[in-house]
Amino acid sequence: MSWLVVAPILVPFATAIIAFLLRERPLGRWISVAGSALALLAAGLLMAQVLGQGVIAAQMGNWAAPFGITFVADNLSAVMVVITAIAGLAVAIYATAEITPRMEYLGYHTLFQVLLAGVTGAFLTGDIFNLYVWFEVMLIASFGLLILGGRPEQIDGGIKYVTLNLISTVLFLSAIGLLYGMTGTLNMADLAVTVGQVENQGLLTVVAMMFMVAFGVKAAVFPLFFWLPASYHTPAFSVSAVFAGLLTKVGVYALIRVFTLIFDRDIGYTHTVLLWVAGFTMVTGVLGAAAQMDFRKILSFHIVSQIGYMVLGLALFTPLALTGAVFYLVHHIVVKANLFLIAGVVQRLTGSTGLSRIGGLYTHAPLLALLFLVPAFSLAGFPPLSGFWAKFLLIKAALGVEGWFIAFLALAVGLLTIYSMTKIWAEAFWKPHPDGIEPRIAMLGRAERWRLLTPIAGLAALTVTIGLFPEPFVQFAEATAAQLLDPSSYVTAVLGERP
Amino acid sequence: MNSIILRVATRYLAAILLIFSLYMLLRGHNEPGGGFIGGLIGATGFVLHAIACGTKEARAALRLQPQTIALSGLGLALLAGMVPALMGDAFLTGQWLFLGAAEGEKGLPISTVLFFDIGVYLVVLGAILTLVFAMEEEI
Repeated sequence: MSWLVVAPILVPFATAIIAFLLRERPLGRWISVAGSALALLAAGLLMAQVLGQGVIAAQMGNWAAPFGITFVADNLSAVMVVITAIAGLAVAIYATAEITPRMEYLGYHTLFQVLLAGVTGAFLTGDIFNLYVWFEVMLIASFGLLILGGRPEQIDGGIKYVTLNLISTVLFLSAIGLLYGMTGTLNMADLAVTVGQVENQGLLTVVAMMFMVAFGVKAAVFPLFFWLPASYHTPAFSVSAVFAGLLTKVGVYALIRVFTLIFDRDIGYTHTVLLWVAGFTMVTGVLGAAAQMDFRKILSFHIVSQIGYMVLGLALFTPLALTGAVFYLVHHIVVKANLFLIAGVVQRLTGSTGLSRIGGLYTHAPLLALLFLVPAFSLAGFPPLSGFWAKFLLIKAALGVEGWFIAFLALAVGLLTIYSMTKIWAEAFWKPHPDGIEPRIAMLGRAERWRLLTPIAGLAALTVTIGLFPEPFVQFAEATAAQLLDPSSYVTAVLGERP
Repeated sequence: MNSIILRVATRYLAAILLIFSLYMLLRGHNEPGGGFIGGLIGATGFVLHAIACGTKEARAALRLQPQTIALSGLGLALLAGMVPALMGDAFLTGQWLFLGAAEGEKGLPISTVLFFDIGVYLVVLGAILTLVFAMEEEI
């Protein structure tokens, strides 16, 4: 059974190795697709097991917790692993049509799979130092992907990205050191038990704030987000899609994990800070987006704004709010990755992502326009799409604790999101192309068309499915929130029954 | 760098470094040492060769591309970690085989742990050389 927990990590690693050995042949890219499909299967099996039996833990090398390294799959981990695999598969198919042989030779598929392994590892690990290791794996792979191609603006974005992320990991590592000094353990379940015995609880709050800043940089919350819009519009579209979908969400996941499992003692302080952070993140992100005129830059600022909603769910810290945060995480990964993939097709057809220089897509490529509308409306929170339910749950939770102002803020930000999406719609789709080009989907080759549009259509279908049948998803998110608020099943799964 | 002293010294030093790196790798099983430090020392040997005689010769001496070495190392470590699946144990559990074990004799122990360590050695060697060669060639 323990193999079930590690399989979603092992599959991408094995795929990375095989794809590297075959990187000079076209077969290499199909290995990446096949590996991603296999990873999705492994993730699905893990999910089925977690749904059937509750939290499962696996001890690496048979070293008992809390001394060895533990991997744990609870509801939150399992759903994140599944959604990572779905996004990974979509982007792997898309990449077969986008990534040039030169980039493949430089190891695109290998880095991509290592990135997926890193993200999955971060979701599954039950050891806080091991979490740091997975962050490093992700950082190395993502830096490689970011600068692959070597254009000057890529290097420029890459340097900003890596510098800030390195600062964050160093802070993370120092915080781990201090926490270890106080508690003598690194196992997260064991930490949940031992933090209560720390004499100086004030110091614990200081360490909690260090974790908050470290994960805050990763998650791109206010005021630590500026590396994100500086770098996400530069790499290949496949790369920015997987970054946009997954990387910041690892930061949010880490925040949720640590601030429900370990640092849930001084909620009056830490979660109030989180609430302010959430509010500012939502507003600055959406205002930043309003000022942009590039397809991908607008989307990048929207990632920041949406992160605010997820942090809001954590900050309110009620069952309903956490339900909303989990729902939002899943919805957001699907929608955001999809929007970046669409931006790639738009660039293919019209020659640019600068909104003032493109147009005419609505008349000549109505299918693409339809495919754009689904995630764009979902992002803005139109019923009956997935984003509506996500926002609905969060705002209801905010009203439930009489947070009138933050609920108002969340609604206002939703309105401004529509403004940005309308801008993209009006500029890229509605107005005629300034150079008189007629961007038709038929301009793409036959095989290319399938490889680019299938993942987009698949993700859009998922958005619609979540939107039309939200009941099972909400129920699952509720169960997840209950697990997060009462970590006893998590702790028992890792450490065994305690007296 | 064109220096006859360095070139001559490198011939001996590189060989000693490589042997020492293998010693460190094997010693690491029970004592301080291991695949990581062994890989670093091994890489030093090739880096010295690259500085003295140029990266072209160092690449020729290595025969394989450093990236390929790193990825094969990762593969070896992964396989060594997955062997326990055959015995029904958890990932990365050490499996032991005693070659020539008989009554009263322990035999030569061969373990998956050793292969994992060799994998680490190759990953470190390959990764360091990828970086150093690329930077040397850039200058």
